[in-house]
Amino acid sequence: MAQREDEFLDYVQSGGQVETGDWMPDDYRAKLIKFIEMHGNSELMGVLPEREWILRAPTLQRKLALTAKVQDEVGHAQLIYRVVEDLGKPRESCLDDLVSGKAKFHNVFHYPTRTWGDVGVIAWLVDAAAIISQKALLKCSYAPYARIMKKICWEESFHILHGRDVVLTMMNGTDAQRELVQEAVTRWWGPLMQFHGNPIAREEDPMFVWRIKSQGNEEARQQFLDGYVPQIWELGLTVPDPKLHRRDDGVWEYTEPDWAELRHVVTGHGPKTADRLDLRRTAREQSAWVRSVVLAEAA
Amino acid sequence: MTVFEVFRQERKGQPFQHAGSLSAPDATFAEVYAREQYGRRGESVALWVVPRDSIHEIDEFVDELERNYHRVDGYSLKSKLAEARERAGAAAMVDSSSGTRSQKPAEPGFARREPGGG
Repeated sequence: MAQREDEFLDYVQSGGQVETGDWMPDDYRAKLIKFIEMHGNSELMGVLPEREWILRAPTLQRKLALTAKVQDEVGHAQLIYRVVEDLGKPRESCLDDLVSGKAKFHNVFHYPTRTWGDVGVIAWLVDAAAIISQKALLKCSYAPYARIMKKICWEESFHILHGRDVVLTMMNGTDAQRELVQEAVTRWWGPLMQFHGNPIAREEDPMFVWRIKSQGNEEARQQFLDGYVPQIWELGLTVPDPKLHRRDDGVWEYTEPDWAELRHVVTGHGPKTADRLDLRRTAREQSAWVRSVVLAEAA
Repeated sequence: MTVFEVFRQERKGQPFQHAGSLSAPDATFAEVYAREQYGRRGESVALWVVPRDSIHEIDEFVDELERNYHRVDGYSLKSKLAEARERAGAAAMVDSSSGTRSQKPAEPGFARREPGGG
């Protein structure tokens, strides 16, 4: 049995991919469920900070775009939970664990969306950070997950453009608008730097060992900094980290992110965690009759 | 609930490729969900929505007779070609030393690759 597990490990580490019906070690299955479920939860919870601004969007065009983005993210959650279901955990259990606070979702979705500047910065930079992680999942050893990631990445690239368009429009507007963007960048910088996780060596990260992820946390963060800090700077925006700079060898140096804050927030103690879980719980209760009608009709 | 597999065609004439699956109470809902999840943005020109139970998967292809003669991996030419080139080169040297010119001398650039093939 242990030998079979070693062979499996060799297989995924040399680029092999696994399908739903294939044999897999229990630990691999458990890690997959944990990882993919958290991704699904994050898509579902990730719409709440933006949803709050649909009714307050500055133009009809923005309202439509934001609605479409929210719809996309919920759709991603559907696709992702489906993958988890095939691995053995039903969607209803995922949702139970989510609303009871047992399951986790990404740190950035535990914070408030104070202004329209935050909406722009979330769609641009939070989605940019997320797409870096997601692109690395295109090579995931679990093939059904890798396949849906293709569609998800494709839709996320529209979200980043939408976010950048919101930010550029504000930067070309009044001083007050520019200030809203700067305040949002300042607010989101900490959570953005925490987003990819602590710089654990990738060989020690079980998600990398099983090739669920194809890059380490620090690689992802470096890629984010390299791609987006120049874009932030060129607009005249400031990043609230005096230590942030790119060394001659291309590596970005920065102030150590607040890992205690990350742990505190993802374990359910973020400023908006309770509110958003309440909303999700209420929505689930209020829509329960729809599910029972649909299932009864079909039966 | 039934699990349906969804295959999508990106452009006319292209193969249908597996896109993912969905869970729906019946075929009507499956169609609505498939349109919503795999065709909302014009990313597909057609979808196949198939109950997973209807798909018969075959994934074992045993080649008991090792019939590699009908595949490219049955034809390993490298060493045979090297040997053939060596023979030809040796024959040409014999020819030129005995004065018979059965062929033009090779171009310098070409000669550098001889003999032995590489």
